Amino acid sequence: MTATAEAPTGSRGAQPPVPDGAITITLKVRRFNPEFDDEPRWDSFEIPALPSDRVLNLLHYVKWYLDGTLTFRRSCAHGICGSDAMRINGVNRLACKVLLKDLLAGGGKPTTITVEPIKGLPVHKDLLVDMEPFFEAYRAVKPYLITYGNEPTRERVQSIADRERFDDTTKCILCAACTTSCPVYWTEGSYFGPAAIVNAHRFIFDSRDEGAEERLDILNDVDGVWRCRTTFNCTDACPRGIQVTKAIQEVKRALLFKRV
Amino acid sequence: MQFHKYDVVIIGAGGAGMRAAIESGQRARTAVLTKLYPTRSHTGAAQGGMCAALANVEEDNWEWHTFDTIKGGDYLVDQDAAEIMAKEAIDAVLDLEKMGLPFNRTPEGKIDQRRFGGHTRNHGEAAVRRACYAADRTGHMILQTLYQNCVKHGIEFFNEFYVLDICLTETADGPVCTGAVAYELATGEIHVFQAKSVVFATGGFGKVFKTTSNAHTLTGDGMGIVFRKGLPLEDMEFYQFHPTGLAGLGILLTEGARGEGAILRNASGERFMERYAPTIKDLAPRDIVARSMALEVLEGRGAGPNKDYVLLDCTHLGAEVLETKLPDITEFARTYLAVDPVKEPVPVYPTAHYAMGGIPTNVHGEVLRDNDNIVPGLYAAGECACVSVHGANRLGTNSLLDINVFGRRAGIAAAEYALSHDHVELPENPAAGVQAQIELALSEHGHERVADIRTELQATMDANASVYRTEDTLKQALHDVQALKERYQRITVQDKGKRFNTDLLEAVELGFLLELAEVLVVGALARKESRGGHAREDYPNRDDTNFMRHSMYYKQGEGLSADIRLDYKPVTFTRYQPMERKY
Repeated sequence: MTATAEAPTGSRGAQPPVPDGAITITLKVRRFNPEFDDEPRWDSFEIPALPSDRVLNLLHYVKWYLDGTLTFRRSCAHGICGSDAMRINGVNRLACKVLLKDLLAGGGKPTTITVEPIKGLPVHKDLLVDMEPFFEAYRAVKPYLITYGNEPTRERVQSIADRERFDDTTKCILCAACTTSCPVYWTEGSYFGPAAIVNAHRFIFDSRDEGAEERLDILNDVDGVWRCRTTFNCTDACPRGIQVTKAIQEVKRALLFKRV
Repeated sequence: MQFHKYDVVIIGAGGAGMRAAIESGQRARTAVLTKLYPTRSHTGAAQGGMCAALANVEEDNWEWHTFDTIKGGDYLVDQDAAEIMAKEAIDAVLDLEKMGLPFNRTPEGKIDQRRFGGHTRNHGEAAVRRACYAADRTGHMILQTLYQNCVKHGIEFFNEFYVLDICLTETADGPVCTGAVAYELATGEIHVFQAKSVVFATGGFGKVFKTTSNAHTLTGDGMGIVFRKGLPLEDMEFYQFHPTGLAGLGILLTEGARGEGAILRNASGERFMERYAPTIKDLAPRDIVARSMALEVLEGRGAGPNKDYVLLDCTHLGAEVLETKLPDITEFARTYLAVDPVKEPVPVYPTAHYAMGGIPTNVHGEVLRDNDNIVPGLYAAGECACVSVHGANRLGTNSLLDINVFGRRAGIAAAEYALSHDHVELPENPAAGVQAQIELALSEHGHERVADIRTELQATMDANASVYRTEDTLKQALHDVQALKERYQRITVQDKGKRFNTDLLEAVELGFLLELAEVLVVGALARKESRGGHAREDYPNRDDTNFMRHSMYYKQGEGLSADIRLDYKPVTFTRYQPMERKY
């Protein structure tokens, strides 16, 4: 399907004008709607796009002008809300943080981009998966500050170095890109997964927190940190640049040496 | 159809909704209904900080903060509310810290503070370090911390439940709120939630504009629902344009960058804010900076091949400040514009950012049905509400403060009301309106495409109702919006299914956007003055004689094309007399 610049706008079927410098991209999308389909399929769309466009722009183009039934989550569109994690050309990315210029085939060859739902969570419809198992694992690690005794009148004191200790893992946006890139998680859904461990790390290494032992007990479980095989997929997948594997290693070390 | 019964129902799970839920959930049986997973809310996109006169790094007090808020709002702020906000700001920050929020720290281990636009020492003498922050992801940390505490307190969420209506039961004393009606995205099923109190915390409507820092999902649903019920909206013509959006994209770059010392420059490298705000320069309030930038471009001093943006120069801050205090915006510029702020200035232009107006409430979050009376059982907080603490222009960081102070207040008030009252019977067929709306949207009744109408709406709003406005541009916008509303009657939705029908969702959202765009433009036409975020080229001065008052809009009659009635509400003054606004 090629967009036509001359077509009148406003009536169903006409496409918006093609911008100068646009190239045609083939977008292959994994489709599945259990309400109507017996099994998943691939749909292909030809889309005029700019190298500065994000993959999310392509998905919007399909939804708004070609096929309104294409379903995915998105909100902020700049990598902060964590709604649009998906498998793009076989790796987990946020659709709003991948620019086409980084996916173009070299030498003026035609470019095909494949998009699939993240793996390891049940597909609800097209690119939209059931996030409940993911959030269940997150909630299981007690992802909140645990303290005992009286609260101070003012803020708790924390040194710059102590604050820095867990800075990296506070960046997590719970997009699930890490957890659903983990081969262990794919085969054993009962594994807490990297994101839950990252969020446990964020509190275990917070000098204000007094719940490290409880959380370490939980993560010492058969479905806890020892499942990690350090494949580094999670670190590669994290759109926030969190050193996920390193965080998991630090939790393992805390368990081994009983020291935070 | 499913039926539920709760003491308190909170609609929306951003900062205000979750702050309300933490209070309400510990006092009364509470449900949070939210169109998005809580951590997807746009509170998470806020960057720079949350102001409170902690005086951790230099002398400060809440009275100065009150004054700055009132002056920043061009004196349209209700002064009693601003005083409450500035006073309670201190505990609001300390509460978040105790909940676990990882604020940046001073060398002594206290919460660190930095400068922000319009926040000054001793009534305007110089910029003051008042904004508490966590790098440039303060909003992210607030959203995460509030969600973490909701998990801790076992708050009950109904995720991806899209509320489309509230239930008002007529009594001898006027309407009382008795519940809400939601559409479950996963199944297409309709749910009626009976409640003693309902809290709106649904955020803003930035998607009426094309260039905006707002998420796709910010479509003013809560404001739209309230307006359709015949309840008023307040001060909708006051819409904030954040000075530093990434040029052409609208993605936000925090004012905290200028708080750390970044400078705005025009094509010739001039620090032009020295001409517009000689004392605090780049840290003038957002309305002034946005207008100055637009003027630089209009007068031919813009940068770039088309001279259509200005430059945010962070190069002198050094890599360390950028990487540690402003890491996210550094990455945004690199990712989306391929510009490295460490080495070169970043192209920026004002981007539609924040609604100062909204659902009128008093300081307890109770929703007003007119100037003098509330709707018992109905509350609102956050961007969807208008207390009014922001007046004609909100100061940077005061939105994160607003959601915490008034989210908390609304949550407490809603729970206390629920504990001291019985359920009032729901109106007959509470879901009938929503059922009819969904059926109509899914039926074959035209060929207009949602995306086309939305694109045209955003284009006319950007061209005719943004930083600068005139009678002519606003009339054009009104004409366009009304024509688009007419076309909206003939939209078609391609997805006819029940499962996660986001095609239908976008169609419904567009209805709210059209409604709110019209209110904004009608208000902007009627306000023949310039004040705060509302700048009329044809009426360049503030007119306190005729317009020192809040606008109140009421929908007259049914249907999308019904008339709008405009009324006014007095501004509350305590101790600050209006003065000329100079920085």
